[in-house]
Amino acid sequence: MTDLDVAPAPAATAAPARPHRWAALRPWTPLLALALAAVLPYSTLQLPGVFDGPVNSPGTLHLLAVCLIFGALAAGYDLLFGRTGLLSFGHALYFAAGVYGTDILVTRAGLPLWQAALLALTGGATLAALLGAVALRTAGIAFAMVTLAFAQVGAILVARDFGGLTGGEEGLPLDVAGVPAVFVGVTNTVNLYWLALAYLALVVFVVHRVSASPTGRVLAGIRDDERRIGVLGLDPYRFKLVAFTLSGALAAGGGVIYCLLVGGASPHITSSELTLSLLVMVVLGGPATRWGPVIGGMLYMYLDHRLTAFGSSSTVDALPSVLSGPLSQPLFVLGTVFILAVYFFPGGLAGLTTRLATLRRALSRR
Amino acid sequence: MSTIVLLTLTGLGLAALYFLVASGLSLVFGLADVLNFAHGLFLSVGAYGTWWAAQHLPGAGATGFGFVLAVAFGVVAGAVVAALVELVMIRPLYSRTIEQVLVTVGLSLAGVALLQATWGADPRPFPRPAWTQRVTDVLGAKVPNSGLLLIVAAAAVLAAILLFLRYTRYGLVIRAGVENREMVTALGIDVRKAFTLVFAIGGAAAALAGALGGVYFGSVSPGQGGSLLIFAFIVVVIGGMGSVVGSAYAAVAVGLLQQFVNYYGTSGAGDVCVVALLAIVLLLRPQGIAGKAATA
Amino acid sequence: MTAVLTVRDLSVRIAGLHILQGVSFDVAPTGVTVLLGRNGVGKTTTLRAILGLTPRGGEVRGEIRMAEQRLTERPTHRLVRDGLGYVPEDRCVFAGLTVAENLRLAERRGVKPAYDRVYELFPELLRRGRQRAGSLSGGQQQMLAIGRVLLSDNRLLLIDEPTKGLAPKVVTEVAEVLERVAVTVPVLLVEQNLAVVRRLASDAVVLAAGRVAWSGDAARLLGEPELTRSLLGVGSHTREVSA
Repeated sequence: MTDLDVAPAPAATAAPARPHRWAALRPWTPLLALALAAVLPYSTLQLPGVFDGPVNSPGTLHLLAVCLIFGALAAGYDLLFGRTGLLSFGHALYFAAGVYGTDILVTRAGLPLWQAALLALTGGATLAALLGAVALRTAGIAFAMVTLAFAQVGAILVARDFGGLTGGEEGLPLDVAGVPAVFVGVTNTVNLYWLALAYLALVVFVVHRVSASPTGRVLAGIRDDERRIGVLGLDPYRFKLVAFTLSGALAAGGGVIYCLLVGGASPHITSSELTLSLLVMVVLGGPATRWGPVIGGMLYMYLDHRLTAFGSSSTVDALPSVLSGPLSQPLFVLGTVFILAVYFFPGGLAGLTTRLATLRRALSRR
Repeated sequence: MSTIVLLTLTGLGLAALYFLVASGLSLVFGLADVLNFAHGLFLSVGAYGTWWAAQHLPGAGATGFGFVLAVAFGVVAGAVVAALVELVMIRPLYSRTIEQVLVTVGLSLAGVALLQATWGADPRPFPRPAWTQRVTDVLGAKVPNSGLLLIVAAAAVLAAILLFLRYTRYGLVIRAGVENREMVTALGIDVRKAFTLVFAIGGAAAALAGALGGVYFGSVSPGQGGSLLIFAFIVVVIGGMGSVVGSAYAAVAVGLLQQFVNYYGTSGAGDVCVVALLAIVLLLRPQGIAGKAATA
Repeated sequence: MTAVLTVRDLSVRIAGLHILQGVSFDVAPTGVTVLLGRNGVGKTTTLRAILGLTPRGGEVRGEIRMAEQRLTERPTHRLVRDGLGYVPEDRCVFAGLTVAENLRLAERRGVKPAYDRVYELFPELLRRGRQRAGSLSGGQQQMLAIGRVLLSDNRLLLIDEPTKGLAPKVVTEVAEVLERVAVTVPVLLVEQNLAVVRRLASDAVVLAAGRVAWSGDAARLLGEPELTRSLLGVGSHTREVSA
């Protein structure tokens, strides 16, 4: 579990480059990006080929919000995978706990949204703590299998509609009577977009703070060589459980917002495929980097959405059927890209940028 | 009484299906440390291979010897695909466990999507000889023949794998490799050849599960492999990774538990019980019923 | 005499630790060359580096040659087939396999296995052929581990701590066997028991702090108690059990 290829640290210290004109702005880039993303809904920009409608159309904002949520989910998952070296195949369960928890408490129990959200969040965190306590008694591949099995129980419970709560295969539309009006209706998509953006900012902040803290250094130590942490007199189990619970709680929080965004819950979010796509997002973006998983997650969801449209477009239809068939399947394209990334870009997109930086420096030195 | 017989035999039929998938997974994991998410794909290759052959392969069909030929085609296709996956995709990442898992994850996503692109997402009716659609009277219970066929096939595969492991040179290499791969190399044996072989064997067994599972369910769909795979994983962990006999015991336990609880409790409760069984086994015996420690 | 194995400037780094830092020595074409040094100095790492068994992520530099052939970067199984026999630390017999199966596994492709030689040295292995190797005693497992490599003719044997954890009487037996084996094939031996070293070794290489601290005639090393003590710290790390 420890032989994970981590993206090489940026070689900025190795070659002190000329002070760039924008260098002073660099620490502020995330805030600038956040501000830009926050005012984006006021733009009526048309980006043909990128989005179907203008940027501030509800359809585009909906897609962007989904991307933001999954960027955040990937960052939260990276806390386990990239930063602690835990390969969990059951992360969908905690996301689903947030989605279904909110939905059931609002729709079936008639609770106001804020209560439902709070309960779903604590419920998801508690579930992660309990199941993590059992699963973390194993390590490595066995841990992967056990988390997968636990998540499968969640999927079964949802699909079989135990107690008539989940709506089974049909899913459960959210009863908007219990939801504040600002989050209801197509015209209010922009509010959900802002909510998703705030959630992303929160997750990035939390993950960054945790990994920069002493706890984060212990987690990195566990990833690199767990025995060494044991030798230091620290109990790796506790730290892993903290990471697992926190990561689960962040996923449950994302579930709450996702539930509002799509207006309900459907069983496909409980499937192991969702966890697998989180893994794909993190690896594509670059594990254990601050922005890699976020970008990986956003890009994945964007491509997943756009490739479906692209697949049925006339350009693809014009291709011979040998090509057009597979290309119309987003998962085929993403799966293939993912496999290639594992071989050729072990650091993901984040690793790519440092490689490009090295290349640029090498070229400019001539 | 007849209910219990029926439940036992259908439970064993399910166990047979699990075993066919799990035996290969277990060997591949035990020997090569590869958690193979693409194993469900081998099952689908077997199912679609058989389905395709029954319509297009000369001499093959849905009845009699033609059906046997179609299944054989599916099994060979599964073995070939599995061996190719090992040679082309797994081998370059030798002993890099995490990357190997990631590649099989990508392969399972892309593979299912490819099947969907080629033959559609909807279930296709599967070629079935007429006798497999009838029932046999066993102690008053009317048991579907397709279930019995699965049980017989799984028993035959179990026996064949055990004989192979016990009496052949490669079987010896595989058994030793599961125990200590490095030491096998240090005796002058190229253990990677054995990797390809266990992938091929596992692929063939999974493909057989796909073909006979198609007969059992009456249809074939791209997602079939994935849902079976999760229970096969559970069987592998309970049985102890690397142990074929352990997989057989665990498959029987899981199949029977699932069938009985689903019948006497609510539908789906059996699946939950199976995961509970997994949790209990892991807490009491982290290494599974038999075989090497499950902690990597 | 030309050496059977030459190691030049061997450096090994594992998980950021510089275990070997430029080790050079020769293994004589006859007799036993013993590799000495305190615990954790890198004796086993040296043997494993020669065999290409350094764990993934480890970094090996330098040159290792056997009869003018470079060994580094060739796969382990090829080296072994070319006549490099390995008896690992802790014996590593396959516990789940029978004694006969353990031996059968060690037969090398294209080589007629010398069962006569093995059973003559270790009649016990013939008698216990159907017993599982895991149920053998420590001494018997060591016999099996040595018997395994003796099925084929080797150009060099690498033997790692063959007497570790064995009862004094068994230590003597193992030493006797190794003495007979060393008549026909050169041995590079890692051994902590100085009595065994005294009995077997003709040449000695002493490792300290990742480098070769002393090399030369084994008798000379052991004949000077001061030198032995300063190099090996006798009394604190090394056992001397009668052999």
